[in-house]
Amino acid sequence: MLTYTIRRLLLSIPTLLFIAFVIFMLLELAPGDPMAQMPLTIPPEVKEKMRLALGLGEPWWVRFPLWLKQFFIVEPQYWIDNTFGTNFANDAQRIISFQSRSPVFDTIAERMPQTLWVVGMSYVVGVLIALPIGIISAYRQYSVFDNVGTFVSMIGFSVPPFFSGVVLIVIFSVSLGWLPSIYDTTHQVMDWDSFVFQLRQMVMPVMVLALQTTAQVSRYMRASMLDNLGQDYVRTARAKGMTESVVVMKHVLRNSMIPVVTVIALGIPSIFGGAIITEQIFKVNGLGQLLIIALQGSDIPMVMTITFLLAVLIVMMNLIADILYGILDPRIRYD
Amino acid sequence: MTDQSVDTAVEELTKPRNQWLDVWDQFKTHKGAVVGLGFLIFITLFCAIGPFVWDVDPGKLDIRNKDVRPIYMAIFDGDAKTSWARPMGTDHLGRDIMANTMQGGRISLAVGWTAMILAVLIGTLVGVFAGYFKRLDGLLMRFTDLVLSLPILPLLLVMMLLFRDPLRAAFGPEQGIFILIVTGIGITSWMQTARIVRGDVMAIKEREFVLAARSIGTPARRMITRHLLPNVMSPIMVSATLGLATAIITESALSFLGLGFPSDFPTWGKILFDSVDRMTAFPERVIWPGLAISLTVLSVNYIGDGLRDALDPRIRGQ
Repeated sequence: MLTYTIRRLLLSIPTLLFIAFVIFMLLELAPGDPMAQMPLTIPPEVKEKMRLALGLGEPWWVRFPLWLKQFFIVEPQYWIDNTFGTNFANDAQRIISFQSRSPVFDTIAERMPQTLWVVGMSYVVGVLIALPIGIISAYRQYSVFDNVGTFVSMIGFSVPPFFSGVVLIVIFSVSLGWLPSIYDTTHQVMDWDSFVFQLRQMVMPVMVLALQTTAQVSRYMRASMLDNLGQDYVRTARAKGMTESVVVMKHVLRNSMIPVVTVIALGIPSIFGGAIITEQIFKVNGLGQLLIIALQGSDIPMVMTITFLLAVLIVMMNLIADILYGILDPRIRYD
Repeated sequence: MTDQSVDTAVEELTKPRNQWLDVWDQFKTHKGAVVGLGFLIFITLFCAIGPFVWDVDPGKLDIRNKDVRPIYMAIFDGDAKTSWARPMGTDHLGRDIMANTMQGGRISLAVGWTAMILAVLIGTLVGVFAGYFKRLDGLLMRFTDLVLSLPILPLLLVMMLLFRDPLRAAFGPEQGIFILIVTGIGITSWMQTARIVRGDVMAIKEREFVLAARSIGTPARRMITRHLLPNVMSPIMVSATLGLATAIITESALSFLGLGFPSDFPTWGKILFDSVDRMTAFPERVIWPGLAISLTVLSVNYIGDGLRDALDPRIRGQ
């Protein structure tokens, strides 16, 4: 297992390098120019100086390794310096945003909590709703509950978040006036009232994202439970006189969770993708919104870094899913 | 007794049933799939033929008749501004919403179908090559895994933003964006098809009829087109329906983020995006295009569900 993990970790390095290269070249070959927004009255020689100041004068084979060095060496050094008060970085050049002229990672660190809070909470809520639905649907296959569950998860698959979110706003903010339609990120939880306010403003974005998760995970849970309920060991357990709850909740559920856990791990990156849209609807100033703003302003370092961070998340989650599968299922041996 | 059974056997031999008839019979037993197919045909006809019947220019501004509510609002509120000439109402510039929904549906469905066909073509090609030729397998599947670990939505957004102007200049505003969106969605969603097709091709390759075909000297090209492709049609069709659903959603999501078609070319996602600012006063403008997207995708998903059951010979026999 350990050798497998190490081998996969080593293999993920060329994968990540390739992805970084693809993103970099896409941004490089694209005809969009960060100077396009500048006034036309700026003389060409000044414009050329500005390009140089932005670090755009060098060819790509100089800038790409430079970006890699900044991302993998300089930024972690700054992070360690900030945490432990050391001085490894030695004032090395950080990745600077074209728009705000501040280090990209500082902005990302500012935006991260909102996104993590909304996305993480929605994922937990979605999974917690999905698991019981999947279990009951499988246990009572073709019952009314199962059919309704199937229909609801079909809706979860089919209704895009930009529609379900807008419908929720129309119903709960506009018609009923129960919930705020805009997520206030400056809000701080101080006492009970502010806590309730925080809960109320989180309900809608969390539910919109959770609907997608629920649809997916409950389908997998149901299919996996159905696979196991028909197995011989279930009949043996019943024949031994075990109560139904022990059979289902202990024997079947534990075995059915194996593939579902990996699906849950694999779904985490895609929920971040969904958050880009959800943040736009509810005006959460998180990472997704940052990416959109950076895209519109041709802020290449910012776009590059956020996209690459998402790619790192995907690669890591794939790795974790595979390793978890090996740990949970003794029949799977990678070595 | 014996004679009779021989007779029926002969009769069955003389009247062979087409495989696709069997599939259709099984498909018909899935209620959701039949309803879904009905709705998909309805919405396609609504968008394709509708503009000939409802002969209103979707882009025509009619500022006098702006903000007309849909006709059913007259039931709830007698004072609402409604008009039989504008059954679904008009938007803030007086453009007819019914004509816009038809026109938008045309573009949305066209993007969905074309992107899906492109993705399925690439996926099948990669899958068949990886499954049939051992030498290509490692390389192609490593490549598929790499593409699978790309963050798709951000990359699509980057592509949309960076390549829209040159393509618009080269092919004209509508055509350029159409090509960009279709290629973008197509080259980022073929991976699942490729994986499924590869697995099935590898399994079929070991069967006796393939060995028989090889022993009479069938060349690889004919082997793939005659023996392998017809046998992997069912997983391809199922993943095609899923691809159509995701393509429609992705196109609407891009339009919703303001990075899709320009505003004079309506798509369902674009109409939805334009109406969000006024949804407090005119919620129906958000609901209709959203419902169109959701119901189309829902019906496509149900069709995929029914197809999967109908194409599975283990289920079909029962």
